[in-house]
Amino acid sequence: MKILVPIKQVPDTATQVKIGADPKGIDTTGITWIVSPYDEYAVEEALRIKEKRGQGEVVAVTLGSERAKEALRSCLAMGADRALHLSDPAWENADTLTVARALAAVIKQEAPQLVLFGRQAIDDDMGAMPAQVAELLGWPCASWIMEETISDDGKSVRAGRQVEGALDIFNIPLPCVLSAQKGLNEPRYPTLKGIMGAKKKEIKDVKAADLGLAADGAQLLVVALEALPPRPPGRVIPGEPAEAVKELVRSLREDAKAI
Amino acid sequence: MGLMKIFNEEHEMFRAAVRSFVDKEVAPHVEEWEAAGQIPRAIWPRMGALGFLGVEFDEKYGGAGADFLTTAVLCEELGRSRSGSLAMAVGVHTDMASPHLYYTGSEALKEKYLPAICRGEKLCAIAVTEPGGGSDVAAIRTRARKEGNHYVLNGSKMFITNGIMADLHFVAARLEAGDAEKRHRGISMFLVERESPGFSVSRKLDKMGMRASDTAELAFQDMVVPAENLLGQEGKGFYEVMRIFQRERLIAGLHAVSMCDRALEDTIAYARQRHAFGGPLTGKQVIRHKLADLATLIEAGRWLTYAACFKFQNREEAVKEISMVKLFTAEMANRVAYECVQIHGGYGYMREYAIERFARDVRLFTIGGGTSEIMKEIIAKEMEL
Ligand SMILES: Cc1cc2nc3c(=O)[nH]c(=O)nc-3n(C[C@H](O)[C@H](O)[C@H](O)COP(=O)(O)OP(=O)(O)OC[C@H]3O[C@@H](n4cnc5c(N)ncnc54)[C@H](O)[C@@H]3O)c2cc1C
Ligand SMILES: Cc1cc2nc3c(=O)[nH]c(=O)nc-3n(C[C@H](O)[C@H](O)[C@H](O)COP(=O)(O)OP(=O)(O)OC[C@H]3O[C@@H](n4cnc5c(N)ncnc54)[C@H](O)[C@@H]3O)c2cc1C
Repeated sequence: MKILVPIKQVPDTATQVKIGADPKGIDTTGITWIVSPYDEYAVEEALRIKEKRGQGEVVAVTLGSERAKEALRSCLAMGADRALHLSDPAWENADTLTVARALAAVIKQEAPQLVLFGRQAIDDDMGAMPAQVAELLGWPCASWIMEETISDDGKSVRAGRQVEGALDIFNIPLPCVLSAQKGLNEPRYPTLKGIMGAKKKEIKDVKAADLGLAADGAQLLVVALEALPPRPPGRVIPGEPAEAVKELVRSLREDAKAI
Repeated sequence: MGLMKIFNEEHEMFRAAVRSFVDKEVAPHVEEWEAAGQIPRAIWPRMGALGFLGVEFDEKYGGAGADFLTTAVLCEELGRSRSGSLAMAVGVHTDMASPHLYYTGSEALKEKYLPAICRGEKLCAIAVTEPGGGSDVAAIRTRARKEGNHYVLNGSKMFITNGIMADLHFVAARLEAGDAEKRHRGISMFLVERESPGFSVSRKLDKMGMRASDTAELAFQDMVVPAENLLGQEGKGFYEVMRIFQRERLIAGLHAVSMCDRALEDTIAYARQRHAFGGPLTGKQVIRHKLADLATLIEAGRWLTYAACFKFQNREEAVKEISMVKLFTAEMANRVAYECVQIHGGYGYMREYAIERFARDVRLFTIGGGTSEIMKEIIAKEMEL
């Protein structure tokens, strides 16, 4: 079974994000870049499906700058078999629909039985990709899955989605699109051998023309990022606990109007 | 880290992997291991599977075939774990003991033992020091006598890290045929299995620090070792021991610097949130200057260590530089420990704070792996004084 995992390189979760000199973007100096954590669940699940079935291929894909190759190499180090790097000036200011079109085109070429996304990238939190790609392909889609089992004949998948207080179970014919929720699995960290072996694996560069795509002007443009007003400092209420609690309740009621 | 680029993308990927391992599988257990005086055996196969235990060994023996800087990354990240004991136990297995087999063992011995060493199934110890003396390695008294197709060893060893747990002991002994005039010449290294007849652990030693790392005294009474377990040539062991000491001392430098990095981070975090006289400790010039001094000192230690790492990686002669690394970083760590405890005030003296353990752990650095005085002797000799 061939499984395609689209991933995104994002700033490390511990990053203190600052708005850049060009207010349309963030200041990238000193940032450590990682594979978006939800995408790691997707890579892990794809690897587990392959291991369980004893055969198959896991292909990691990203659309992004040259630097994004590092994220692909992380996926290769975890165990993905090969990677595709979509990179072209035509995608410079791509909005989600442009990215979805590019991914849908590459998915058509690769013809996997399963596409596994993370539920959203943790940088802009759009969460649009799984649904947009599924729509463009005309494939069924289950998002935020917590568990999955592929049928022995490889023709369908039983997927469980988290809903309030329950699991929503679907039987979905393949090919389909799934997106991973936290809790689906515990991603492995790469072994040193995996890291050493990653450089021997292929990362293929894919241009817009290779997919028969031309630059299509983005319909969604970032106008500016605006910093939130700084959070007022916390307040320590001194004194004996009994007195301090009284003051806390008064303050929550009268100052914060929270209760 | 610094501005100069030492580590490549693969090194950084490995760093992230080791860091995840430490966060998830080490950090939650450090106190428990310290109290038990033992690192659980189960962590070794886990580290083996992740590739930590054969970083530089060839793939045909189960290693990863990576470079020395990859080892440096492993040392730094284990040093940052707040478990000096784990860093030391792993360092002894991978960089102080098993290299004797890898660099001087016969093909048959390497095939027999290295895969299990890399998998973490067989743990290693290095047994050089004796009750009668550590600094003066050439004075060791353990004797090896050849009898047919085996050697018979008699003697005892002191302060042996991993001594309780290890399956394989790399033992330095003097061949009886050794020439008394050339005291260095008679010493050889033997690979000894713990099941060897005549091998025994006399006792587990109770230590000031590094308490989760086990340290033992060993006794050999007519211990039988197969002749093929002699590493390298008869009587040439001393030079091999000295060569692998260079690696050991660089590892010690990397551990010292990274442990200090973590201790300083912990101390800064403490000083920021601790209030006295109407403001945080970081607002007091005395404290700010102390922290600035410590950061400067550690940075100096880091780059002295990296400079020697480069020479070692390029297989250049670096005895003087590596001895300087060992000397400087060991003394540095003890100064950092003193000041970090001081900045923590009374809390720095309490077992519940990691800084208290750090201060006890680093006390070893000016003693183990060659004392500061011996480092100065080596440097002076290299300076042809
Ligand atoms: C926790 C721990 C773990 C260890 N692990 C191992 C291990 O795994 N394997 C192993 O083989 N050994 C191990 N050692 C032993 C360690 O290498 C020795 O303790 C060290 O080499 C010093 O030897 P010593 O203790 O016999 O001290 P001594 O050699 O007796 O030295 C005592 C003091 O005299 C000083 N001194 C000695 N000679 C001179 C001189 N010529 N000039 C000036 N000063 C001098 C020393 O610097 C020191 O301060 C370990 C030690 C400890 C504490
Ligand atoms: C084993 C032990 C026994 C003790 N027994 C007793 C006891 O019996 N009774 C009792 O009352 N107390 C006792 N103490 C408490 C002891 O007196 C305090 O720990 C000590 O006064 C320091 O206070 P602190 O720990 O709160 O540190 P802090 O006051 O938080 O100081 C932390 C660090 O900041 C430095 N610092 C603080 N203010 C400044 C400043 N303005 N400028 C520059 N540096 C500054 C300090 O010198 C210190 O290095 C004991 C402590 C210990 C460890």
